[in-house]
Amino acid sequence: MFYREAGQFKTSYKKDQSILPIFQDRIAMVAMLIFCFIVIPLFANDYWLASILVPFLALSLAALGLNVLTGYAGQISLGTAAFMAVGAFAAFNLQVRVPEIPFLIAFLWGGFCAAGVGILFGLPSLRIKGFYLAVATLAAQFFIEWLFTHFDWFTNYSTSGVITAPPMTLLGMAIDNPLSKYFLVLSIVVICAFFVRNLARSEIGRAWMAVRDMDIAAEAIGINLMKTKLLAFGVSSFLCGLAGALWAYVVLGTVEPQAFDIARSFEILFMIVIGGLGSVSGAFLGAGFMILLPILLNNVGSLITGGTISTETIAHIEYMVFGAFIIFFLIVEPNGLARLWQTGKEKLRLWPFPY
Amino acid sequence: MSKFLSSVVSFIVFFVVSIAIAGEHFVPITSYRTGPYGVSGAPAANGYVDYLKMINARDGGVGGVKLAWEECETAYKPDRFVECYERLKNKGEAGATVFQPLGTGLTYSVIDRLAADKMPLITMGYGRTDASDGSVFPWVFPLMANYWSISTAKIKFIGEQVGGMDKLKGLKIANVYHDSAYGKETLPVLLKQAEKYGFELKGFPVAHPGLDQKATWLNVRRFKPDYVVLRGWGVMNQTSIKEAARARIPANKLVGVIWSCSELDTVPAGKAAIGYNCSSLINPGSNYRVFDDILKYVYDAGEGTGEKEEVGHQQNYKMGVLMGIMTVESINKATEKYGNKPMSGEQVRWGIENLDLNKARLQEMGIDGFIPTFKVSCSDHEGSAPVKFQKWNGKEFEPASDWIATDQSIIRPMIEASASGYAKEKGITPGCN
Repeated sequence: MFYREAGQFKTSYKKDQSILPIFQDRIAMVAMLIFCFIVIPLFANDYWLASILVPFLALSLAALGLNVLTGYAGQISLGTAAFMAVGAFAAFNLQVRVPEIPFLIAFLWGGFCAAGVGILFGLPSLRIKGFYLAVATLAAQFFIEWLFTHFDWFTNYSTSGVITAPPMTLLGMAIDNPLSKYFLVLSIVVICAFFVRNLARSEIGRAWMAVRDMDIAAEAIGINLMKTKLLAFGVSSFLCGLAGALWAYVVLGTVEPQAFDIARSFEILFMIVIGGLGSVSGAFLGAGFMILLPILLNNVGSLITGGTISTETIAHIEYMVFGAFIIFFLIVEPNGLARLWQTGKEKLRLWPFPY
Repeated sequence: MSKFLSSVVSFIVFFVVSIAIAGEHFVPITSYRTGPYGVSGAPAANGYVDYLKMINARDGGVGGVKLAWEECETAYKPDRFVECYERLKNKGEAGATVFQPLGTGLTYSVIDRLAADKMPLITMGYGRTDASDGSVFPWVFPLMANYWSISTAKIKFIGEQVGGMDKLKGLKIANVYHDSAYGKETLPVLLKQAEKYGFELKGFPVAHPGLDQKATWLNVRRFKPDYVVLRGWGVMNQTSIKEAARARIPANKLVGVIWSCSELDTVPAGKAAIGYNCSSLINPGSNYRVFDDILKYVYDAGEGTGEKEEVGHQQNYKMGVLMGIMTVESINKATEKYGNKPMSGEQVRWGIENLDLNKARLQEMGIDGFIPTFKVSCSDHEGSAPVKFQKWNGKEFEPASDWIATDQSIIRPMIEASASGYAKEKGITPGCN
């Protein structure tokens, strides 16, 4: 009733191809952006900005990157954290060697380096698929972690083997407090999200989906498999690399290579599986689920018990409830939270007379 | 829109959670009782909490102001630690006093936040080595001894075993290390000492987590080392001790680092561990008044955090008590200057930097002999405490040496070089004020 596109006519090609063709969706998107850019900064405190929202956004970006590869192009990867590491270390190294470079250029450089490495490790995808490809991308995960631990040049000969992000300034403003960091990460993530959304609707995105659904058929209708798959690896790794640079520069500040271990790769894979493969909102919902829910459960646990039971018990309850939630959502909607939202939208369209 | 909803719900939850605790020194405790390292994290957290409980019961807090604390579970994950740090840093009337992460990776994840938050960090026997240079790292305190300092003491210990530092010449020392940033950290300082004393050094990396080390120890055996330095962590330690026995390297030729020095490492290795040496910041044994007080004021009152058996006996528990001692003594020092009211992080930082644990003070605290005397200053955030070596006799650890002083002449230039590199990357102007 409220969510119905009846009467909204698309009278030009431009209107037909707009990113959000339904009026209500446009309103919702504007409202969401206002909420993120104005309402949250007004009301959130440092705890929320620094320890929850900024990591959430950075990992959303990594999940978005993996979603391009796995969700849209159908190539499973377990090397996400490695590509993040490449982004972080490349950005750091560029700034250390050439201190005049602004950090945003360094971020882009990190993204492009990650894209290069991603394409390299994506080469096996031309011959193998599915679980075999997942195992092949594991090589990237182990090799890159090993590389950054063993070659001191990458850490600028730091004795402790960690990299430390140089201070960031943008247009003369130092980005050092939680609020400015939040704005920085949010802006980058929003731009990337629109980029991916548009890419997915373009010829490239449709080629990805064709390859995902059946690569032989895709080849038969004239899609160049090599170009398409490697482009997916490139774009995906670019976004992951950017997320890695954000993780190193904005979220933590000082990072050891072990911050990008295989557990991180799995975490991001779970995000997109739970959030929804092949959708932009799925990356955000999944990251929210994986990052915010455990912290929420932990906070609620501490609140309810008021310190009467040990943190150990609360942590175990947190794991149990979290696990139960995962199973619940996967049973209720195997296609992820984003699909749940889609279904909700369909229902709203027909409300109050659903069938 | 479920993201909005969960945000709104958690906003409300958070505001309710963060009701301030008034009129108390607030000690934030970030522990890991779960996760892969929970076995060693839980006794340490018990020791920390027990000590705070004891101080409240015995002395009524510090300077008449009670201690309050809140535990937050990190599961040894840096991002969860950051969340705990942000959650706890502003609690209490004057904010949190001091954080002790108990993990090197955890330490790195907050170093950049400290200056803005005016929050000190104590990292005893772990963390960032070059933070010993307080002119670059005003907020970080690797108290007592950092990785490099301990390493110099270890070579001195081996020298003592073979009858003098001059006898080290021509010896073969194997360094079996966890293949990570943590494991590799002592390589440069070991190399420097090999050069200085003329022993032959060879490194043998063990991949994480270190459950399979057969190939490594085959190579170690081929090297025919006189001594083996074991720089392990977690499950790697017990496997190394067992594999060393299989490689016919006697346990008394093994010298473990501070994180390879717990019952959790020796007991599972069984008989293979008898005679095993390792370095520690604390003296073995339980005959110190502090443990009697914990039993009397905490356990006898039915307030104990963990098992009574571990009090004074379990190595990680004792490290936890040591963490408690440092926190409380730093707060105490701060109240001497700022008066008897809840202390803030900035005030406690002054307290840590002016810590002076002399003999009389240690006796007063009931820990004489448990830890050595040491004094912290701005340029020396470690306090250059000597290191103890202990030997596993099959049942418990016993002293294997006297307190061995670290060799600052070797490492100080390296620390300053590394710290100034950090200062340059970060644009910090070093200085003591």
